[in-house]
Amino acid sequence: MYETISNLILPILILTILTWGIVKKQPIYEHFVDGAKEGFGVSIKIIPYLVAIIFAVTIFRASGLMDFIAKPLALLTNNIGLPTDVLPIIFTRPLSGSAALGLFSELAAKLDPNSYTVKLAAIIVGSSETTFYVLSVYFGSVGIVKFRYALLTGILADIIGIISAIFVAQLFF
Amino acid sequence: MNYIFYFLVSCSIIYAIINNRVEETITGLFDGVNLAVKIAFSLIGIMSFWLGIMKIAEKSGLVQFFAKILNPVMKLIFKDIPKDNPANADIALSVTANALGLTNAATPIGLKVMQELQDINKDKNSASNSMCMFLGMNTAGFQIIPTTVLAILVGCGAKNPTDIVLPTLIVTSIAFISAIIIAKILERIWLPQNLNGEKNDC
Repeated sequence: MYETISNLILPILILTILTWGIVKKQPIYEHFVDGAKEGFGVSIKIIPYLVAIIFAVTIFRASGLMDFIAKPLALLTNNIGLPTDVLPIIFTRPLSGSAALGLFSELAAKLDPNSYTVKLAAIIVGSSETTFYVLSVYFGSVGIVKFRYALLTGILADIIGIISAIFVAQLFF
Repeated sequence: MNYIFYFLVSCSIIYAIINNRVEETITGLFDGVNLAVKIAFSLIGIMSFWLGIMKIAEKSGLVQFFAKILNPVMKLIFKDIPKDNPANADIALSVTANALGLTNAATPIGLKVMQELQDINKDKNSASNSMCMFLGMNTAGFQIIPTTVLAILVGCGAKNPTDIVLPTLIVTSIAFISAIIIAKILERIWLPQNLNGEKNDC
């Protein structure tokens, strides 16, 4: 049911926009090409920002420092309903979406997919975004270097998300 | 941002040297950097497509029509955006696309919103309040159904994978609303942007 709706949304949206344009007697072909022209520029423009963030993130992960930080923390968090296995996912999630999904698949394959740990991890992965990536790409596309409170907002919202995920997971499972 | 960047990189390099992981780290680094270019190139097609479609919507007045309907809500959350600005409708579209998990549409529309917000930004180097709010909403990652996570759970043979849907929806809503509230609070206490303050860097 949900899948059918979500599959239909894009085609209907595209159809509506084109039809509306024709009804309003707009040169839709020219407008399309005109708009599409900007696509190349925007995509190329984000490369330096993307390289910068991926540089910092991969070096943090590949050096093993991330796991090193996550381990001692795990001893503390075990007591509050946050299993050790979920911590690497929490650390990776704001940095890289594909890496977080990779870790999550690994965890779901390794542990019982019906366990509390896997369900908590699923909720955390499903309810958050790659904060650092989004910020650098979106700000990068318009050349903004001073993020002001955007990063703090993103991180605080992530923390609230994780805390409520633990709370909700304990309530449900 | 400068300090976070420096901290991540310098500590990682020192850690890698101490633990004799320099080789893996450097290989990982170069692979990652290549990935950046791949991501950007894979965006070109889809980005051009959506910018083309959105241009039609804008020129034919559809975007402005949506903007008018959404005006009351948008005025409340984004008070700096003028009433008829296409950003109003595009922000709503971007949030909707994210909520439905339509990543291919969400990123191009989101980047378009940033361009529109930059056009009305007074200090082109620093983020405006509207940008911080928009990205706060975006990074909170509001999503109605976590399709990818569900697919993985199904793949691993979970008995009842859909039982995470409701808890995820609750958590994602809490995070989304918190992001809006936090951005609203920080908007008041943070240094305003055009005082050209060096301190509010990051």
